[in-house]
Amino acid sequence: MHPARFRSLSPEAQAVLSLQRATGRLSRRSLLRGAGTLGAGALLAACGTAGTPTNAAGGPTSAAGPAPAADVSDTEKKVDWANWTLYLDYDPATKKYPTLEKFIATTGIAATYSEDIDGNDTYYGKISGQLANGQDIGKDIVVFTDWMAARMVRMGYTQELDLSLIPNAKNLLPSLRGVDYDPGRNRTLTWQSGFGGLAWNKAAVPGGLKSVSDLWKPELKGRVEVLDEWRDTVGLIMADQGVDISGSWGADQFGNAIDVLDNQIKSGQIRQVKGNSYKEDLVSGDAVAVIGWSGDITQLNTENDDKFAFAVPDAGGTLWSDNMMVPVGARHKKNAETLMNYYYDPEVAAQVAAYVSYICPVVGAQEALRKTDPQLAADTSIFPDAATLAKVKVFRTLTPQEETDFGGRFQTTIGN
Amino acid sequence: MTAALVVGHGTEVAGARRRSRTAWLLLAPGLLYLFVFFVAPVAVLLLTSLFERVPGGPVGATRPAFAVSNYVDAVVTYAPQFGRSFLYAFIATVLALAIGYPLAYVIGVRCRTRPLLQGVLLVLVIAPFFTSFILRTIAWKQILADDSVVVSVLKTVSLLPDDARLTATPVAVVAGLTYNFLPFMTLPVYASLERLDLRLVEAGGDLYATPISTFRHVTLPLTMPGIVSGSLLTFIPAAGDYVNSALLGNAGTSMVGNVIDSRFFRVVDYPTAAALSVILMAAVLLLVAWYVRRSGTEDLL
Repeated sequence: MHPARFRSLSPEAQAVLSLQRATGRLSRRSLLRGAGTLGAGALLAACGTAGTPTNAAGGPTSAAGPAPAADVSDTEKKVDWANWTLYLDYDPATKKYPTLEKFIATTGIAATYSEDIDGNDTYYGKISGQLANGQDIGKDIVVFTDWMAARMVRMGYTQELDLSLIPNAKNLLPSLRGVDYDPGRNRTLTWQSGFGGLAWNKAAVPGGLKSVSDLWKPELKGRVEVLDEWRDTVGLIMADQGVDISGSWGADQFGNAIDVLDNQIKSGQIRQVKGNSYKEDLVSGDAVAVIGWSGDITQLNTENDDKFAFAVPDAGGTLWSDNMMVPVGARHKKNAETLMNYYYDPEVAAQVAAYVSYICPVVGAQEALRKTDPQLAADTSIFPDAATLAKVKVFRTLTPQEETDFGGRFQTTIGN
Repeated sequence: MTAALVVGHGTEVAGARRRSRTAWLLLAPGLLYLFVFFVAPVAVLLLTSLFERVPGGPVGATRPAFAVSNYVDAVVTYAPQFGRSFLYAFIATVLALAIGYPLAYVIGVRCRTRPLLQGVLLVLVIAPFFTSFILRTIAWKQILADDSVVVSVLKTVSLLPDDARLTATPVAVVAGLTYNFLPFMTLPVYASLERLDLRLVEAGGDLYATPISTFRHVTLPLTMPGIVSGSLLTFIPAAGDYVNSALLGNAGTSMVGNVIDSRFFRVVDYPTAAALSVILMAAVLLLVAWYVRRSGTEDLL
């Protein structure tokens, strides 16, 4: 296992986009590894500031973090899963999750599903103290976006998966198989992916939006909103400025994008910087053009008569994935693996994809969906075409120092 | 403490000592509670605020230090947010007093002869607390939205320019603060107005004072304790509030609470968040001490 404590150029980013096989560049990672001299980390662990990540091992090659809990899956037939809201097929009539019910019926494992995660930072803030001490957080599967998944792996807060119990993992899209923070894909498994791009109200912005610069048109003043997930907002602005966000850009390129954001906030062009709640503002009409997420717009359109449109700007959009993982103190790893395996069955994945409308990471799901709902199977927001995929990139993995610096500067820019 | 001293005056020294030990024993749970949930957290907060970040270390890693510069940086960087917090809280307190005092006067004085109406009005003041603070603020967002009735009416009567809006402005944030903390102002003022001796007001009239000077020289001084505690109960939480600014404001309205939230949860920068909290605490304490001293109601503290 390789805790991803290295400065990565994220070469697989290209692979993810173009659906091409990752090239030999992956091996370059080993050269770039070990940027940190982190012995000091161990000393600090003793200080015990709440939530301060402890890292006893420190080195890039040894397993960091607390020891995983003993697995009691065979005696306790249960698994607890924490996920984001609206992220699993739900039947409002029965108030149940159909695919999960079927899992419980076929395996006899009592699965509990909770929509506990409303933000990477907030949920991490909630559980990191317990994880640092190797305690059970009461969840056997948690779902984090790439960059937070990278932090979880780096801190040693995840358990290694037994891939022999997840044979369906072979159905993972080839482009997602080699992520830089988990090269062997033996600690994390993709749940869903999505694009960060432009969305607008078709009636209010008849011409549509082609590039991020279109958001700064005078007629949209005060009706523009951008995401507070800074990798998407800053990533899109950087791409608009011609930066390859998966490449080896640095503080200068980041600063250029931040300047644009700062100007647009100060001039009043950007009304608000928001999380998930930008959707409500689109519906209420407060915002007519936003930087948003692909699946959200598909969901909004089903509820609002196709009022909105989504597009990845020609200069490039972001591609992100949310990933399932077993936290270090979880005691039902085997049951969790059984559940992951179940959701990588193309038939089941198709059912989930039809509901959540984000990008489905399971090969074969499109064929499975074609049998039940051919129209949805042709939806490019769930099964993107090559042209769209060629435009999006994965934001490169940052070093811990960059994560703190850039995140801090973004927060200052948005007034916090 | 007082109990222990009083007991100490007993004639039989040994017995008194035994009794004083009992007093300490009875006080122990309270003292323990204060220590665990007040003294210790404040101490940890103070220590954390002086820690420094580990250069190149994991996200959020800190090490013990005596970095007074945290305070300097926090004040310099976030002076606008501090200014906004106190300004918004001050305006909201004044507005809450302007709305809450007449309301409390009607309930506590005018409705004295009609206890049923008094009860109903009091319930109406408290009723908003039955639903969540956050839900009510989100509801305000809908009420003040660009396409809402409120905004279009204001635009029709030309009280609001055509390109203006209400949400994502300081006006919305102050209005939200005023609304959310109004009961904290109304109830203490009501409590003091309810005890107001109306014969004194009548006496003012008998001595040829105008209603205004009677109010200024009789009613107002007698209800001062209610006003002071009401404004403290409004100002202190309003200065630390971040929900109203997060939901009804934008980048130009963020308050110290928003910064602490973002430094703590998003940047995982505990020293700065802790320093900001300590500064906020100290500033509020100073302002309150000055206010209480000025209004001559030290008995409250």
